[in-house]
Amino acid sequence: MTTTAFLDDVRAATERDGEPRWLRELRARGAERFAAVGFPTTRDEDWKYTSAAPIAELDVRAISEPGGEVTRASIAPYTFGQDAWTTLVFVNGRYDAELSTAGVASAGVRVLPLDQAREEMGDLLRDTLGSICDVEQNAFIALNTALFADGAVIHLAKDAVATAPIHLLFVSDAAAAKGASHPRVLVVAERNSKATVIESYVATGEAVYFTNVVTEVALADGASVTHYKIQRESPRAYHVGTIDARQGRDSHFVSFSFATGAALSRTNVWTILGGEGCGATLNGLYMADGTQHVDHQTRIEHQKENCYSREVYRGVLDDTAHGVFNGKVYVHPEAQKTDGKQENHTLLLSPRAVIDTKPQLEIFADDVKCTHGATVGRIDNTSLFYMKSRGVSALRARQLLTYAFAADVLEQIELDAVRESLEELTLARFTGAAAAE
Amino acid sequence: MLKIQGLRATVSDKEILKGIDLTVNPGEVHAVMGPNGSGKSTLAQVLAGHPAYTVTGGSVEFDGEDLLEMDPEVRAQKGVFLAFQYPVEIPGVSNAYFLRTAYNEIRKARGEEEVDPMDFLDIMEQKLKMVEMSDVMLNRSVNTGFSGGEKKRNEILQMAVLEPKLAILDETDSGLDIDALRVVANGVNALRRPDRSTIVVTHYQRLLNYIVPDYVHVLANGRIVKSGGKELALELEAKGYDWVTGAQGAAA
Repeated sequence: MTTTAFLDDVRAATERDGEPRWLRELRARGAERFAAVGFPTTRDEDWKYTSAAPIAELDVRAISEPGGEVTRASIAPYTFGQDAWTTLVFVNGRYDAELSTAGVASAGVRVLPLDQAREEMGDLLRDTLGSICDVEQNAFIALNTALFADGAVIHLAKDAVATAPIHLLFVSDAAAAKGASHPRVLVVAERNSKATVIESYVATGEAVYFTNVVTEVALADGASVTHYKIQRESPRAYHVGTIDARQGRDSHFVSFSFATGAALSRTNVWTILGGEGCGATLNGLYMADGTQHVDHQTRIEHQKENCYSREVYRGVLDDTAHGVFNGKVYVHPEAQKTDGKQENHTLLLSPRAVIDTKPQLEIFADDVKCTHGATVGRIDNTSLFYMKSRGVSALRARQLLTYAFAADVLEQIELDAVRESLEELTLARFTGAAAAE
Repeated sequence: MLKIQGLRATVSDKEILKGIDLTVNPGEVHAVMGPNGSGKSTLAQVLAGHPAYTVTGGSVEFDGEDLLEMDPEVRAQKGVFLAFQYPVEIPGVSNAYFLRTAYNEIRKARGEEEVDPMDFLDIMEQKLKMVEMSDVMLNRSVNTGFSGGEKKRNEILQMAVLEPKLAILDETDSGLDIDALRVVANGVNALRRPDRSTIVVTHYQRLLNYIVPDYVHVLANGRIVKSGGKELALELEAKGYDWVTGAQGAAA
């Protein structure tokens, strides 16, 4: 995305009708910030292993008219077959009411596309939007803030429990080519509320486009939010996304990031455990082949006492794929009795696949239990021999062991429909490779 | 069924098997005994095709075919089964899925039709009873978090399902209490048939109270130094291995 394109997009965004003053000011801050810092370079510590240059050089413009020919049939493979779920469908970045389904309603749970939320929950948006993901945090957040056109707002009232999962499905088709979308998602979970939110990014074609999403999650005391992100963008797409959570006392945030799509993707999952007794679980699975580049950066900030964090990321890389995992855990001096565990395991299927894995623990409290471990390996020969000795062909044994390696972390997914679907995808990925060989 | 002649094998350039001769006929049970480091486990692993071992001499015929030429999976498909001394944990693959895959791959290799999951469960039900295992074990990942005894039972379960022509038990008795030993032995005995053979590799005579061998061979320093009937095992138990190692010295 070139500077000229950015300036044009900013002009178009500021000319958008009917936006309240607070929003125009927020956008202006984002635009200013982005204009000042530009895209990160590999001199930036957080972007040491992932070059944003391909994105900076992309010939893309913000999508103003979604266009596209996405139908109910074409999104059917991505809805987990769940009619009871509340599903908001976005085509090429814009909300599509006709493809969306209201699902089963739960008292105190509101799920609205951004435009409608601005009308119906204007105060909430004004007070919350941008309060978690500040434009100062990084260039992509600034860019999103300057340019977001659509997205979703989920509000859980005090004690509200969403009985059915909420699915935000972002579909890109051929009409997304040369387009950029900057979806914005806001989840506000009031005291003791509970919900499961799924964000899917899928493509029905192989267009070149850029998605730059920001998801802010505010968890009040005792709230519980489970967030699944499924990134299956077009193999030629570029995807940058940030999920940033703020946790109140006794709240629980669970995140799972599944990434198999895009030529280049970067997913940030950040949370601040800002009250006592919180828990954060950040898991993920990335699988890449060809020349794909897949980067995850997680950041867990323990601010208060007696909180725990659990993190398991697994990756399977083939061909010349490049994976990056950077897991930061920051424990403040007052965050005594912190219990943190972090693991990153990557399986390399090809001698030319690369992983840069970097656990980063910064601990300033003296009474904590924090561990981390990273492994990089190839298929275990002993396991391979064991399977072969039972009559399983070498190829099939490799497939099963690869699947098993990946599926190990999928077991952490509590929602059956999502877990089973991702297991199937993963199994097909490694057994499908056999058919091609 | 199995004809081993002058078999020599090395691991990391160290010669472990120094010329083994052994013939196993259909229906026979052979016990291979020997002190630690004698090469008895190596023999079992070489027969199954473990890639860590290099065969440097001799030949192994299985049903008239050159066994050493075959990949491990082909050996299994032809009916060779090794019950591992240390069964491998495979997190993420359920026992049931693994067994069904193995079962169907072997059927496929033999030109038989694959069995669907439901029919396979019926087969499993009988086999589970044989080794006194709960069907809960089927849904757990292969050997993952299993106790020592559970792992060995699981080996016998696999054997019962795959019904090999030649079963090789590599120190299956190690680490088993007497109840588990009995269960494992019952499983092995239930599979005995005139057209199937078994090689029991063991350090102790204990297992041979339950699986009664037709022949007992003593391995020492990579060679078979003594062969005899089942009474040889009792003699070894009473006199210890030094007795035969001494016999080897006398022969040399």
